[in-house]
Amino acid sequence: MDTNQYLEIFIDESKEHLQAMNEHLLELEKDPTNIDIVNEVFRSAHTLKGMSATMGYEDLANLTHKLENVLDAIRNHKISVTLEIMDTVFSSVDDLEAMVLDISAGGDGKRDVTDVVTKLLQIEQGEPVSSLSVPSEQPPAPVTEHNLQYDEFERTVMEQSKEQGFSCFEVAVSLRADCVLKAARVFMVFEVLEKCGEVIKSVPSSDQLEEEKFDEQFTVTLVTKEPAEDIEEKVKKVSEVEQVTVTEIIQSAVPSPEQQTEAPVEGSAEQQKQPAAKQVEVKPAEKKGEENKGSKQAVSNKTIRVNIERLDILMNLFEELVIDRGRLESISGELNHSELNETVERMSRISGDLQNIILNMRMVPVETVFNRFPKLVRQLSRDLNKQINLEIIGAETELDRTVIDEIGDPLVHLIRNAGDHGIEMPEERTAKGKPAVGTIKLKAYHSGNHVFIEIEDDGAGINKDKVLKKALDKGIVTEDQALTLDDRQIFELIMASGFSTADVISDLSGRGVGLDVVKTTIESLGGSITIDSVEGVGSTFLIQLPLTLSIISVMLVEIEKEKYAIPLSSIIETAIVKKEEVLNAHNQQVIDFRGKVVPLLFLEDIFSVPHQEDDDRFYSIVIVRKGEKMAGLVVDSFIGQQEVVLKSLGNYLTNVFAISGATILGDGQVALIVDCNALIK
Amino acid sequence: MSETSAPTAVKVIAFQLLDKEYALPVHQVHSIEKLMHITRVPGTVSFVKGVINLRGVVTPIIDLRSRFGLADDRYDDTTRIIIAARDDMEVGLIVDGANDVLDIPLDAIEPQPEVVGSLGDEYITGVAKLEKRLLIMLSLEKIFK
Repeated sequence: MDTNQYLEIFIDESKEHLQAMNEHLLELEKDPTNIDIVNEVFRSAHTLKGMSATMGYEDLANLTHKLENVLDAIRNHKISVTLEIMDTVFSSVDDLEAMVLDISAGGDGKRDVTDVVTKLLQIEQGEPVSSLSVPSEQPPAPVTEHNLQYDEFERTVMEQSKEQGFSCFEVAVSLRADCVLKAARVFMVFEVLEKCGEVIKSVPSSDQLEEEKFDEQFTVTLVTKEPAEDIEEKVKKVSEVEQVTVTEIIQSAVPSPEQQTEAPVEGSAEQQKQPAAKQVEVKPAEKKGEENKGSKQAVSNKTIRVNIERLDILMNLFEELVIDRGRLESISGELNHSELNETVERMSRISGDLQNIILNMRMVPVETVFNRFPKLVRQLSRDLNKQINLEIIGAETELDRTVIDEIGDPLVHLIRNAGDHGIEMPEERTAKGKPAVGTIKLKAYHSGNHVFIEIEDDGAGINKDKVLKKALDKGIVTEDQALTLDDRQIFELIMASGFSTADVISDLSGRGVGLDVVKTTIESLGGSITIDSVEGVGSTFLIQLPLTLSIISVMLVEIEKEKYAIPLSSIIETAIVKKEEVLNAHNQQVIDFRGKVVPLLFLEDIFSVPHQEDDDRFYSIVIVRKGEKMAGLVVDSFIGQQEVVLKSLGNYLTNVFAISGATILGDGQVALIVDCNALIK
Repeated sequence: MSETSAPTAVKVIAFQLLDKEYALPVHQVHSIEKLMHITRVPGTVSFVKGVINLRGVVTPIIDLRSRFGLADDRYDDTTRIIIAARDDMEVGLIVDGANDVLDIPLDAIEPQPEVVGSLGDEYITGVAKLEKRLLIMLSLEKIFK
C-alpha cells in the first residue's frame, strides 16, 4: 500500500529523467567536448540513482551508479568521449529504461546487465572497450555446493573482487536451537564478518534476520582476503553458534538469476511497513500486482497526471463563465421571472462550487512530497550508521502543483546533505554533549504570499574556513573576493557548481552536484534559498517559494477611474489621513504612522493616471512593506479585498515598471497588479 | 509568407485605417473583436493602449494609427481589434474597420514603391493591386518591435 503511492511518482519521474538523459546524450554526441551537457546527464543520473535506491531498486541504482562514475570521469577530463563510450552509455540507458518499464509493468526491475556493467567499469578504468560479454576467462572449476542465488550485480561484485585478489565465501551459520536472542547473535556474527571483509548478501535478508524471521540457520556471502579457516574460527567465537561452514564460491558455478530470485522473500508482506531493506520493501507491492492485476489497476487510476496547461485553459474558460454568470444574474434580476431566477440561482451556486474546485485543483499539500522523506531518512541513517530523527512540521501547507512537482528533488538533496554532512556520528555527538540521535527538522509554513520550507539539522554546522579554503582551491572565488564575503555569502558558496567539501565521495552526496541543482531549481521557480549555520550547533536551509503561481489575495483600489490590485501580502493596513497631517521632508511627503515616518507614494503620479482636480480633504492610504521598509500608497478609494487569478501581461509587454501582472475582475475588465517591491527601494 | 505547394494566391484579412486599406495574411490573424474595455498600462510606449480581457487571456493592444504616426485615434462603431499572433506573442491591433477576407494572387503583389521618407514604410512588405483596390501588406514583425 505504502510503496504504491510512491511508485507512481517514481515511475513518472524516472521516465522523465531517462528522457532527459537520452536527449542530452544525443546532444553530447554532437558536441562531445561540451562539459555542460555531461553535467546535465550526470544530474539526471544522480537523481535517478537516489530515487531508485530509496525505492529499493538496487539493480537500477547500481547500474546508474556505474554510469555516473563514467560520466564523472568524462566531466573531470579523465577520459574523453568516444563512439564506443557513447554506445555503452546509450545501451546502459536503454537497460535503465527497460528496468523502469519492467517496474511500471509490475515487475521487480531486475535485469541482466553484466555486459554493460563490465564495459562501464572498463571505461571508468580507462581500458579500451572490448566486445566481450559475460567474462569467460574463468576455467571451469569444480562445482561447489551453493545455497544462494546471486543477481547480476552481486556476481559482478564478486568478479571484480576476485580480480583484485579477494575471495568470496559463503558462510553458513547455525545457531543453537535454544538460543534466546537470535537477533543479537546475528548482529555479533555480522560484526565479526564485517571486520574480516564485506558482506554482500545474506539469506534471509538482514532485515528478516534482525526481526528473527528465520530458524536456526542463515547464510552470509562475504568478500574478504582472509582464509576460510580464520573466518570459521572467528565466527565460532560468537556464543550460541552451533556450526559454521565456510565454502568458497567459484564464479562459474554461481547460478544465474534467471532461474529464481524471489526465494528469500516469501511471506514478507507483513514487513512492508518495516524500515527496511530495499528488496523486501518493494516486493509486497509487486506481488500484489502479480496476483491481482485488477486491484493494482484500481490503485493507479486513483490519480491522473493532468497537464497544467489544461488546467489553465479550464480556468480561463471558467472565468468566462463567471463573467456571463454575472450578466445572467443581472438580466434575471431585471426580468423578475421566478423560474428563471431559481435556475440562475442554482447555476450560481453550482458554478461557485466549481470555482472552488478548479482553484483548489492546482493546490496540493506539501505532504505529497514530504511523505517520501521519513523513509529516505531511515534509509539514510542505516546507510550512514548514524541516528537520525526526522521531524515534519506543517505538512498540510498547500502549494501550487507546479511548485510541488519541482520541489521534491531539491528537498531530497538537502535532506541527504543534512544527514551526510550535517549530523555527526553518534559517538561524536555524545562527546560534544549532544543527544546521540540527530534531528533533521523539516518545516513548511505560509508567510505572506510565500511558502517557506526549512530544513534544519542540529549537526556540525558549516565550517566557514573549510568552505572558503575549498572554494579558493577550486577556483570558485578569488583571494580578493574571499576577503569581502560575509558569513552568509560564504555559506552560499557550498551551492556553487563544482563545490564539495566531503573528502570521500559517498553514495549519498559529496559529488558537488546536489546543492547547485537545488539552487538552480529553486530559483527557476521564482524562489530563493538562504543558509544559516552555527558551527557545532547546526545549519538551516531556508527555501522561500511563491505560494502559487496563479491565485493571490489582493486589495482592489481605485485611482480616478482605473482599478488596481495590491497584493494583500504586502499590505500592513489601510488608513485615511487628513491632508494637514502630511509632513514634508526632503522633497518627500511623509506621514507619521504609529510613531514611524512613512513616505507617501502617489500612485496617481507614478502611474500617470489622467488627472482631475479634487478637493478631498483626506488621503486614502495603503501602507505596504518590503522587508523592514514601509511606504504609504496614496489612492482615491478602496474597493475591497478579493481573490484573483494572477495573469501575466504576455510576452509583448515585459518589464512594465511597478506592475507585476494583471487579473480579470468579475465585470470582465482587466485590473493591473501593483508590484510593491518595485516601489520600495 | 504562405509557402504551401505552389501557391498562386495568399489569403489575407483586409482592414481599413483612415482612408487606406491594409492587409495581413490570414494565418497570422486569430480573430477579429469588437472594441471592448481597454485597461491602460502605465509606463508603456504611447501606441500601446493597454490590455484587454480576451476570453480570459490578458492581451496587449496596439493602436495601429498611433503606431504608424497617423492622425489621432477616435473610436466608433466600426472600430475593430484584430488579434494577430506571431511566434508566441499575441497582440491586438486597433483598426478602423475589418470586414474582408481576400485572395490576392501572388503576382499582384509588388514591392513597396521606393520613395524616401514615405510614411511607415518599414512596416510594409509590399503593395497589392486588386482591381481598383490598393492593399498595403503589413509585416507583423516590424509592428511588434
